Amino acid sequence: MAKMTLEDLRKLRDERKKDLGRREVEGKSVQIIVGMGTCGIAAGAKTTFDAILAAVDEFHLDKDVVIRQTGCMGLCYVEPTVEVAMPGMPATIYGKVDADVARRIVQEHVVEKTLVENHIFDRPAADILKK
Amino acid sequence: MHASVCDFVLDVVQNSVEAGARNVELDLVEADGRVSVRVADDGRVMTEEERARALDPFRSAGGKHPGRRVGLGLPFLEQAVREVDGEFSLESRKGGGTTLRFVLPAGHLDTPPTGDVPGLIRSALAFDGMYELRIRRRREARAGVPGTEYELSRSELAEAAGDLSGASALILVGRYLESLELPGD
Repeated sequence: MAKMTLEDLRKLRDERKKDLGRREVEGKSVQIIVGMGTCGIAAGAKTTFDAILAAVDEFHLDKDVVIRQTGCMGLCYVEPTVEVAMPGMPATIYGKVDADVARRIVQEHVVEKTLVENHIFDRPAADILKK
Repeated sequence: MHASVCDFVLDVVQNSVEAGARNVELDLVEADGRVSVRVADDGRVMTEEERARALDPFRSAGGKHPGRRVGLGLPFLEQAVREVDGEFSLESRKGGGTTLRFVLPAGHLDTPPTGDVPGLIRSALAFDGMYELRIRRRREARAGVPGTEYELSRSELAEAAGDLSGASALILVGRYLESLELPGD
């Protein structure tokens, strides 16, 4: 691989736009949020973020998915954490998301519309909750 | 504790963005046997008391989570630097903004590995918000590892690759950044 220029990047973007053979996701509005606070980063959230992007690419979902990063979601004890919101599925927060679980979330939750068991968490730590 | 220098840097950039900075500069240089990092932002000025508090693991500004008592990001970093006899400074400027610098001796046994630089930059570009991020990167050639040098900005990458919250743009930017870490032209 040679060094790329910004012009190369623009050309790649244009080529992707022309690629019509991509898998469609109902609603085209999948939002995946990765907790990237100190706790998340220390637990490997950057690897999780990279694994999600790789899986989105693998399943040809890239034009349908928005990926965001946020700070601590209040689930420090189960980092890395990932929240998924999409039509037809309940908004779900997953914890202990390593690279393998990240791929499963994309395949099972986003593509197959099934929850990924044993990784679902919904209650932040007590000091995060507003009193 | 973070596993790599890149993890520490991402944490600092995340702090800047979450604090509402509109302009963030990141210098990441590996040269002369040292790893040198500078993160400067134009966020609000810290008082001396706030600066001391930022380095205390058992106190947090609590901006996002008013009930939270701990803030570990900068204390982790300051501790890691101290353990390898490196250099650390955190300064606010009168005109506004804060600059954090640290230097680690590359040859020290306890200096963390540099880590995944393209991954760091991609994540640093992808936080929510309208902020500009300017990056200057240099890696001096050393035995078996060729050097590289480049500069880039969030706005020019967004112009070339598209909205950086979109997976499509982030995948392309990842490939671009990996190519920049390659040696030579």
